[in-house]
Amino acid sequence: MNETRAVKWIGQSVERLEDPPLVTGRGRFAGDINFPNQLHMRIVRSNHAHGRILSIDTDAARKLPGVVAVWTSADIPEVPPIDFREGPIEKLAPYRQPVLATGMVRYVGDPVAAVFAEDAYVAEDAADLVTMEIQELPPLLSAKDAPAEFSPGRHTEADILRQGYGDIDAAFQKAHTIVELQLSVGRHSGVPLETRGAIGRYDAARDMLQLHGAAKVPHRNQELIARMLKRKLTSVNVFESHVGGGFGIRGELYPEDILVCVAAMRLGRPVKWIEDRREHLIAANHSRNQHHKVRAAVAADGEILAIDDLIFHDQGAYVRTHATRVAMMTCGVLPGPYRVPLAYRAVCHFRLTNKTPAATYRAPGRFETSFVRERLVDAIAHKLKLDPIEVRKRNAVTVAEMPFKRPLEALGEEIHFDSGDYHKLLDRMLKEVEWEKLNADLARRRANGEMVGVGFAMFVEKAGLGPKDGVNILVDSTGAIEVVTGGASLGQGFETVMAQVAAEMLGVDYQRVSVIHGQTDRISHGIGAHASRATVMTASATRVAALNLREKALAAAAELLQAPVSALDIVNGEVVRTDRAGGPSISLGQVAAAHGKLEAEGWHHAEHQVYPYGNHLAVVKVDPGTGGVTVERYVIAYDIGRAINPTLVKGQIAGGCAQGLGGALLEEFTYNDNGDPLSVTFADYLLPTVREVPDIEIILTEDAPSPLNPLGIKGAGESGINGVGAAIASAIDNAIGIPGAVTQLPVTPQRLKAIIDAKR
Amino acid sequence: MKPAPFQYHAPRTIEEAVATLARVAPDDGRVLAGGQSLVPTMAFRLARPRHLVDINGVAALSRLVVENGKLCIGATVRHAAFERPVAKGPLGELLREVVRHIAHKPIRARGTFCGSIAHADPASEWCLVAAALGAEMVARSARGERVIPAKDFFSGIMTTALQEGELLTEVRLPLLSADTRFGFCEFNRRAGDFAIAMALVTFRLKNSAIIEPRVAISGAEATPRRIAQAETALDSHAPDAKTFAAAADAAAKAIDPLDDENTSADYRRGLVRTVVLRALERAAT
Ligand SMILES: Cc1cc2nc3c(=O)[nH]c(=O)nc-3n(C[C@H](O)[C@H](O)[C@H](O)COP(=O)(O)OP(=O)(O)OC[C@H]3O[C@@H](n4cnc5c(N)ncnc54)[C@H](O)[C@@H]3O)c2cc1C
Repeated sequence: MNETRAVKWIGQSVERLEDPPLVTGRGRFAGDINFPNQLHMRIVRSNHAHGRILSIDTDAARKLPGVVAVWTSADIPEVPPIDFREGPIEKLAPYRQPVLATGMVRYVGDPVAAVFAEDAYVAEDAADLVTMEIQELPPLLSAKDAPAEFSPGRHTEADILRQGYGDIDAAFQKAHTIVELQLSVGRHSGVPLETRGAIGRYDAARDMLQLHGAAKVPHRNQELIARMLKRKLTSVNVFESHVGGGFGIRGELYPEDILVCVAAMRLGRPVKWIEDRREHLIAANHSRNQHHKVRAAVAADGEILAIDDLIFHDQGAYVRTHATRVAMMTCGVLPGPYRVPLAYRAVCHFRLTNKTPAATYRAPGRFETSFVRERLVDAIAHKLKLDPIEVRKRNAVTVAEMPFKRPLEALGEEIHFDSGDYHKLLDRMLKEVEWEKLNADLARRRANGEMVGVGFAMFVEKAGLGPKDGVNILVDSTGAIEVVTGGASLGQGFETVMAQVAAEMLGVDYQRVSVIHGQTDRISHGIGAHASRATVMTASATRVAALNLREKALAAAAELLQAPVSALDIVNGEVVRTDRAGGPSISLGQVAAAHGKLEAEGWHHAEHQVYPYGNHLAVVKVDPGTGGVTVERYVIAYDIGRAINPTLVKGQIAGGCAQGLGGALLEEFTYNDNGDPLSVTFADYLLPTVREVPDIEIILTEDAPSPLNPLGIKGAGESGINGVGAAIASAIDNAIGIPGAVTQLPVTPQRLKAIIDAKR
Repeated sequence: MKPAPFQYHAPRTIEEAVATLARVAPDDGRVLAGGQSLVPTMAFRLARPRHLVDINGVAALSRLVVENGKLCIGATVRHAAFERPVAKGPLGELLREVVRHIAHKPIRARGTFCGSIAHADPASEWCLVAAALGAEMVARSARGERVIPAKDFFSGIMTTALQEGELLTEVRLPLLSADTRFGFCEFNRRAGDFAIAMALVTFRLKNSAIIEPRVAISGAEATPRRIAQAETALDSHAPDAKTFAAAADAAAKAIDPLDDENTSADYRRGLVRTVVLRALERAAT
């Protein structure tokens, strides 16, 4: 008997398709990829933060048995600096990073030479033998300091970004009160468990260059490699394997990726490079490091009339693939959920320093601005003696104002909040945490001498950047379904989610669907996985492709079954008649076999990004004797529009939150006055462990599906981290009873104890 | 993260180990115990020993026994061995309390008590225990055996009285009388990290007054040590809040804290006050 009711896969927390190899130790990460006859690359890095290269001596290294080649920039004059992902930008071009340092070293970790050897040990021994003579120059270590010379005629302020609207001066004149703050966010970054890895391979017979170990944006990197190495796009292929975390930093195109490609071609052997942890902490992208001088013009009732923010963005030594994206995003998204009706101005000084180059890290520009904005709201509430929750409600855009347009941009698009009921979600959270009781309990504990407090943050995320993505779906004669995407998987469950959407549209079991991603030889386009785009864009395209395939399958089956299409349905992979129980049926595999092939394409076009939203709430306990902070409770309310797989969404939120706690309390790349990095191991770059992270309570709602895609999807990837700095800062203020105490992230015990002791 | 080349030696007896050491120590030869400090530094190439003398195969070094009122801890006894009381009375309990603050489980399964003492990290819990309780270090070399008291053993950050070619064969800790009270407290930023400051205190009570107080701190200074000023503040006083505060203040005042780029001397001094106070409170309850 045929099962006649279609199974719903969307919205189900089904098990992940990708887990079996991972949980049985059969995953294949970059380190697991080996090719016969491969060489190993080791990078010699600068130990100086800033200096002129007088000479590099590679003789001793070359002589070591097992060494095949040692390169400096002089050996690869034809290779250009790492280019911008979105194409050439003339103004910023001089600040790009050469693949090997040319003339100058600009941060500790700057690649100076590359050693190629028969094994990784010899490569490292040889790297040790490379010596260099550097004429040291004073390092520039803060974006707040005056810019200095970068190269003759060019200084370290590479750009000034501006966004805004309205008449700032007029708005501030009208203000009842002006609130002004100076705030800083420390340097931290996504630190995936798997470090970077790149394996270059060249097939001379077919003139085909391959890069293995790619992540995040395989098609963009294919294009960028072809552009930089002046090759045809079709003669470069990029392959993603399992990826042990991305967080925005993994998968960008770095000097090492280009080096293994060039070496594979020139040396005629595959070349493998696996980054070690010290390298990772000084060479992979950093992020976040900003200073804000922000002021708000406020009405007597707490309405924020205008915001004026002066930002100093510490870019590090070079401008990498993202160009000024994080700084520009910072300028655009700062107002968040609040209306700010009269005027807004953000001016961001994008400055180079002698530190590791910076770029995107999960919720780029949003973690920072949520901290700044929510600090500002707390300060306004304190100054006007208003309830901070009330101030938020007064300023938040209402459901009646949706869609809400704001003359600011994010990722090159004007910001249009597509849908949302911020007040409803706020009320829901307050109810769920029993806000009054929670505060009464904390007040009682404070009266008993405990330093405990609660903090709060409200934010709007952005997701699903367009303009378009396309997917192919194939059915083979066995009935197996293949969804071919240009997406990428960084561990987030991409395959499962795409399979769920395809399965529901098509009428098959999601386990029959395999999902291809990160293979540029399988599909000619793709957006990868970043900026919380994959589910919005690629799943929407998957939906269209699956519906197209369904139509084809039904048409073909109608002929085979001699039945009208309107009387057919696909249930569990079988085309069945809906008008007669027990009638004839035919499997999709049989249809495919009869039809030659069954294949369809589907595209999704997006005019605008989507804007999910949420709230964070933290309860912390401060130990005045040590300055230590314990996070007792963490609650996140988030409206996702539509959750394809709620368990995976919650996993994204909880994981993001853990990273946020790192940035709020533990993680910081620090430097001494010489520009030497002090955070080069996991003993000094402190990631939160399971002991420092409480169970994250998640309230997931679907009140505001996006009107911009048929499934109503909004993104999930960055919501868990967005408000953590803000909520923790607010909770600490509350615990120690000093409003506005926290002005800098991370809140280290030493800083916090100094604040508490100063007040005593 | 690949160590520089080295030669590996695997002696089976103490005599063989000492003989090998005598031969290779002058040529940058080092003892390999649990490897939990040495191997990471080799991976960073901060240490590049030319020879490693692996003592893990020396059966005689694994003893853990009480002899003549002392707990004798052989050179290959792992941290994890102390997760259950290894001696009757307060000493076993004290070691059990302290050990759970050392690193993480996999590291405790491999790292050794004696390795920690020989390594002499300023934030080592075992070095603090050795200083507080007056341990004896037994060092063997081709020249013979000598016993070094704790107060003469730690000479600076990661430097000890051990000489070239000397193997620390065991550490001896005096048993504690049944009425000895102890308290331990450390502060670190994450569970399992090396502490920024820690304190271990012991005392007994006679007629409701403190006798035989020991107050030792580590992490905050270059070497672990007892703080006489704090002990004086306790001696013959009632174990109450006022006494404890005075002792904690005395300790904070007496120390010469380390000062580095991430942690200031001031902050360390404040932490010492806190950890001494809390260790005393724990000892009292
Ligand atoms: C992530 C991490 C966290 C850690 N946290 C802590 C912590 O919180 N507290 C703490 O105390 N330790 C901590 N450690 C260090 C750990 O306890 C080490 O095990 C210990 O410091 C050294 O013991 P080992 O047996 O591993 O010695 P090894 O690493 O083998 O040797 C260390 C040094 O001592 C010498 N040596 C070892 N044994 C002898 C001997 N018998 N005679 C002469 N010389 C010898 C070696 O030559 C070497 O120079 C941590 C380590 C790691 C990796």
